Amino acid sequence: MVEFDIKPIRVTNEELIENRFSNILKGNHACAGCGGTLAMRIISKAFGRNVIYVIPASCSSVRQGFIPKSAMACPVFNTAFASAAAVASGIAAALKYQGRDDVVPVVRAGDGGTVDIGLATLSGAAERQTNMIYVCYDNEEYGNTGYQRSGATPPGARTTTTPIKGKREFKKPVPVLMADHGVPYVATASIGYVPDMYKKAYRARRQIKNGFRYIHVHFTCPPGRGTDPRDCVGLAKLAVDTGLRPLYEVINGKRYLNGISKKQYLEPDKYMKPVEEYLKYQRRYRGYTEEDVELLNRYRDRYRDLIKRHVKYTNPELEEI
Amino acid sequence: MTEYKVLSGSDAVARGVRLSRVGVIAAYPITPQTHIIERLAERIEAGEYNAQFIPVESEHSAMSAVIGASLTGVRAFTATASQGLLYMIEMLYRAAGARAPLVLALANRTLGPPRNIRAERTDLMATRDTGFLIFFAKNNQEALDMVIQAYKVAENRDVLMPALVSLEGFILTHTYAGVKIPDQEIVDEFLPPYKPPVYLDPKRPLTMGNPMPPNMHHEYRIDFHKRLLNAKELIKKAAKEREKLTGRFTGDLIETYMLEDADVVLVSMGTIAEEMEVAVDKLREDGIKAGSLRVRVFRPFPEEEIRELLAGRKHVFVFTRSLSPGSVGNGGQLAMEIKASLYELGDDEKPKIHDVLVGLGGKDVPYSDLVKIVKGVI
Ligand SMILES: Cc1ncc(C[n+]2csc(CCOP(=O)(O)OP(=O)(O)O)c2C)c(N)n1
Ligand code: SF4
Ligand SMILES: [Mg+2]
Repeated sequence: MVEFDIKPIRVTNEELIENRFSNILKGNHACAGCGGTLAMRIISKAFGRNVIYVIPASCSSVRQGFIPKSAMACPVFNTAFASAAAVASGIAAALKYQGRDDVVPVVRAGDGGTVDIGLATLSGAAERQTNMIYVCYDNEEYGNTGYQRSGATPPGARTTTTPIKGKREFKKPVPVLMADHGVPYVATASIGYVPDMYKKAYRARRQIKNGFRYIHVHFTCPPGRGTDPRDCVGLAKLAVDTGLRPLYEVINGKRYLNGISKKQYLEPDKYMKPVEEYLKYQRRYRGYTEEDVELLNRYRDRYRDLIKRHVKYTNPELEEI
Repeated sequence: MTEYKVLSGSDAVARGVRLSRVGVIAAYPITPQTHIIERLAERIEAGEYNAQFIPVESEHSAMSAVIGASLTGVRAFTATASQGLLYMIEMLYRAAGARAPLVLALANRTLGPPRNIRAERTDLMATRDTGFLIFFAKNNQEALDMVIQAYKVAENRDVLMPALVSLEGFILTHTYAGVKIPDQEIVDEFLPPYKPPVYLDPKRPLTMGNPMPPNMHHEYRIDFHKRLLNAKELIKKAAKEREKLTGRFTGDLIETYMLEDADVVLVSMGTIAEEMEVAVDKLREDGIKAGSLRVRVFRPFPEEEIRELLAGRKHVFVFTRSLSPGSVGNGGQLAMEIKASLYELGDDEKPKIHDVLVGLGGKDVPYSDLVKIVKGVI
């Protein structure tokens, strides 16, 4: 049985900064301004030390740096692209066999490793209700191999494999799909809303005591987006504020929209910023057309409908950010 | 008291796994392997066997999961065949690279198309260069014993590499034969609990498998070769140790029959080797001085042993149940390895090698065919 102990979590920016524990150290090999490193740092603060990381091929494998050095302050197994959730399943089984129930395996995969090549593996581990936490670091591209289109690339974006017209299809709604697996915890998060991201990681690790937990983190990859590294956080925030990346949690099947995303849901005209505001800062949307905007709006509406169908519960205490 | 049972090859493997006190099993069904994992799942569910069973969604995940378990410090096992093996092959290289001493049982089966589920060893040959120790069983008894021996050698700190136990699909997996089941206490003495030098533990954080610069990687790769070669002596040692415990000597790198004075030597692996022994008797009845040599361990390949034993013979017939299309000779991989092993012999000592493909697609290989083949040549 999955144990719950859901309470509101309060954390201030100062507290987050003061908590020095992080399992990704300085001197790691990420690009300047990589939102993924920020996400890793904040999330690892919430997870604490008793975790074993499984990292499939992705920028996360490179950020660690070269042997004999490592920028990771926690046990890590680097694995093949499609295998992460299965390796974590094996670790979970071994921990259970050993009776080490204080330790939990955590997958730290990219969007390609999650929504494309690793999707069957992820789904298998969720269906088996494996005791693990899976975090998808979504930069909306195959970052490590040079910014190609992935199933998580949003419509309209130019990538190195959709270089001229941009992607014409929608982004795969994997968090919704994961929630439909009936797992105890699913959340979307963004580096644009750091305390919210921290709380979700904290909830996944400390309040949901076992079972399969999934967090989908949206972040900015400056070279992939074609943006200035210093815009990294602001841009991620705009993705939420334009309604393209809604923030929500699904706790034991009950869905809650968080913060601005909830306001957008209740009063879209008032709180939803036009998507153009997000596009104009990114080279991947350079020279975007009316058609691109229309496509993105349709995508946004469809995603909202998808979530709407599921949001039936409210708990004011949990919704605030 | 040693227990005797009539077991299928699959049951025998499952017994070997239980006797080895494997803690995590992950597997995916595929004929002719499925009975192995069904048997294990059943014992676990019945509460008679303490282990975690993970019914994964693919073979790729089966190998991934057992790697994870092994690196966490628990003895782990999986089994597959044919298409399943090829589906997991990426992770075989990873198991070796991660130095996870797990055991994989392979029920040999043809690769499609055309669809055929009978025994062929082309699947096994895809694992040649992975870094796995490769054992090949000739009967059900050996299948059981080999699983235990495989863990013993794989987990040795001078080796620490994964191992594969191969047995031919249907011919062994689905055929029942008498098997001596060793006592648990004897197995426990032979195979102590698995204690890897390092494992995934938050108390001692360790990064495994992050990027490595090429010059270091070169050394790391070469180390695999050394580790597998280290296994040679350890395999022999394990066989001797077992003999002390059970009174039976089984488990050397090779097995010979009537070899001492033989001019004509039949060489193969697995069940064909059992047919070879009958063929040797028949050939001897007809005045041909025949003998046989079975390659029991394919990796590490018993190069020196084979060179020594085959030097000065007239004819060597290598019967191979797998094919490397477009390669050398008739394309039998076993013959290639034998030829390579004999290259250093002087011309006067070099036997004539006959590269004979037999039993592809699971075609039956009776001793009478082997006799006919040999007589047709000499
Ligand atoms: C089986 C396999 N196919 C392809 C690759 C090459 N590859 C390595 S990382 C990567 C992209 C990873 O993308 P994503 O999962 O989104 O992570 P990111 O690099 O963006 O963090 C690819 C295609 C691989 N390592 N393995
Ligand atoms: S390519 Fe993008 S995601 Fe990868 S390390 Fe660089 S900034 Fe981060
Ligand atoms: Mg990516």
